[in-house]
Amino acid sequence: MAELMNIHIRGGRVIDPANNIDSVKDLYIANGNIIALGDMPDGFTADKTIDAVNQIVCPGLVDLSARMREPGQEYKATLKSECAAAIAGGITTSCCPPDTTPIIDTPAMANMLTHRGREIGLTHILPLGALTNALDGETLSDMHALHQAGCVAFSNAEHAITNTMVMRRAMEYASSFDLLLILHANDPWLSDNGCMHEGEISTRLGLAGIPEAAETIIVARDLALIEQTGVRAHFARLSCARSVDLIVQARDRGLKVTADVAIHHLHLTEYDVTDFNTLCRVMPPLRSERDKDSLRSAVGQGDIQAICSDHQPHERDAKLAAFSEAESGISGLETLLPLGLKLVHEDVMGLNTLIASLSSGPAALLGIEAGSLGIGRQADICIFDPDEEWLVDSAKLLSKGRNTPFKHWPLKGRVSTTLLAGSIAYSRT
Amino acid sequence: MRPHLQYTNNGKLHHFLSIEGLQKETLQQILTTADKFTQFGQREIKKLPLLRGHTVVNLFFENSSRTRTTFEIAAKRLSADVINLNPASSSTSKGETLLDTINILEAMHTDLFIIRHAKSGVAELVARHVPDHVHIINAGDGQHAHPTQAMLDMFTIRQYKGPFSELRVAIVGDILHSRVARSQIHALNSLGVHEIRVVAPNSLLPSQIERLGVHAYNDLQQGLDGVDVVMMLRLQKERMQNAYIPSEQEYFNLYGLTTESLAAAAEDAIIMHPGPINRGLEISSEVADGPRSVILPQVTNGIAVRMAVMAMILGGEGNG
Repeated sequence: MAELMNIHIRGGRVIDPANNIDSVKDLYIANGNIIALGDMPDGFTADKTIDAVNQIVCPGLVDLSARMREPGQEYKATLKSECAAAIAGGITTSCCPPDTTPIIDTPAMANMLTHRGREIGLTHILPLGALTNALDGETLSDMHALHQAGCVAFSNAEHAITNTMVMRRAMEYASSFDLLLILHANDPWLSDNGCMHEGEISTRLGLAGIPEAAETIIVARDLALIEQTGVRAHFARLSCARSVDLIVQARDRGLKVTADVAIHHLHLTEYDVTDFNTLCRVMPPLRSERDKDSLRSAVGQGDIQAICSDHQPHERDAKLAAFSEAESGISGLETLLPLGLKLVHEDVMGLNTLIASLSSGPAALLGIEAGSLGIGRQADICIFDPDEEWLVDSAKLLSKGRNTPFKHWPLKGRVSTTLLAGSIAYSRT
Repeated sequence: MRPHLQYTNNGKLHHFLSIEGLQKETLQQILTTADKFTQFGQREIKKLPLLRGHTVVNLFFENSSRTRTTFEIAAKRLSADVINLNPASSSTSKGETLLDTINILEAMHTDLFIIRHAKSGVAELVARHVPDHVHIINAGDGQHAHPTQAMLDMFTIRQYKGPFSELRVAIVGDILHSRVARSQIHALNSLGVHEIRVVAPNSLLPSQIERLGVHAYNDLQQGLDGVDVVMMLRLQKERMQNAYIPSEQEYFNLYGLTTESLAAAAEDAIIMHPGPINRGLEISSEVADGPRSVILPQVTNGIAVRMAVMAMILGGEGNG
């Protein structure tokens, strides 16, 4: 890691939703922390001044789900390649789901991942612990020990827990230690061999569909158990309007549940699959226009608290197959912020709401000290030019996964500098 | 990259992948070109030199003796060299090996691939990855499309029932899993039939099927009421295992085409079936072999229609 410098970020528009700040201010960093906002502190001499005029200065982004493919699938990507992509995308905290090989169900695995992340030093790596051993859906992992080893939350990734008693026990146990559960709502019986949203397009293409009920049934089931157990719970990657309705109703009854959505679900629909475009194969599937609109307004209204990249890099062959045989997932680290800004340009939400859903929102639900530019906080900072126009060129992505359906999309807004713990970890130019 | 995958930039048919996306004029051209070949099929010497020097590869990842044979006969009547390959579908379901197979054959200077595969979208996938001088005909991909089957069905309907605009057509059976039904629906709509009905229990109807321009019926009698054409579909026997239907007996009682159930259709209605037939499951032998059945003429017409498609793609037939 580079030597810690005194850094002066000059003339940028500072947006810090956690502290209700949105104004042009200078920002001062020493010893890796933010030490002042506005006027220069007495005796401060900058080793480095970053010109942020006409740029936005915001907390480094907190991504609730990024698969780095390490360990186990290094032919797809490595922690090193993906951390470089994350930091170029302004992401300073990446949560890594437990479905690596081996699975993150032991403290040793959690420690190894955190350690590798520190060694690379390009983004904070936060492991998510497996909720059940080997993600088998049957026996509980040593959650407390995993938490001690750095797991910020627990999830069974995309492996469904079909046994409702196991799910109830997992919630009861986690609630004893105030641990957060991250839930993926998918009924494997209804998803079956489905590979896209069940609707007009799946009918036209002759592809097996995944009905909306595959998600809503499990959201409803898990909400009932959350209500009974009082566990702190978060729904990951919602795709249906009706799931949002269920969660909003539950919150109205007083349940403290949160939810996130993947950025691609706010831009793409089942129609993008029309020509068997395997780059648009994702799980949960891209749904209807109505679902997309509902998810957008849910983020705008704060019913969904976080937007994540759901980054899943793949080698070329993984997508070069019949649609039903292709692997699912999008390489999304480097387009997360620009695609978010597209929502602002399209008047779906304000810039402050967007930044909150990419930083303070996910940080708050995880209960971690990130996503804020408060005095004394670690200086994880993203600086971006909101007006720079560029074309997504998949060949130029830093991620080893070139699998983006957004290639050739004209986007507006791009990260220029990212600071990680007070060091300049990324600078374009 | 051509803007339309199935056409060249001058509007000539380049690949034949699905009825959806083709212009009505192309479908009509296939029918009129097939007319010529039908007359020709009645001659003593049945060979035309249109595709002489071209190599046609029948690449069937999924078995089908009927479709493969008619394609082979069609290509040979046009004087093409024909190679039949049946790669084991298990080892080639992954894209890379599938495309490897194509690349290897393409390196041998073949012109036209006729592809059948168990997965939807494979013909289109291959079409997007072959060089411009290679052509693809889809001989059935998963549950997506079977466009030559649909065109031979259109040819048969036209032959027996005249203009499309007055016709009511019912498609009966496992619509959900049927690539034939999907292609038939697109072709019938494009050619402008008066009404298309699909008849099946809801468990065998795909989501939002009405959006394809059909009326859905659960009751066979109502669905057949007054129709001019009855297109039956094959019901795979394993459908019981995934709870699509309760039993063969119940299915035949409710949806099997018999002399009695056929009484609801127009008196001169024709009966079609893409084959192979499950006698006593979706259709009684009495009807399948009866005077209104055109099931065998469908097979015969398959040759002329497939000749027409190949000639239009490779031989410049129907060009302008």
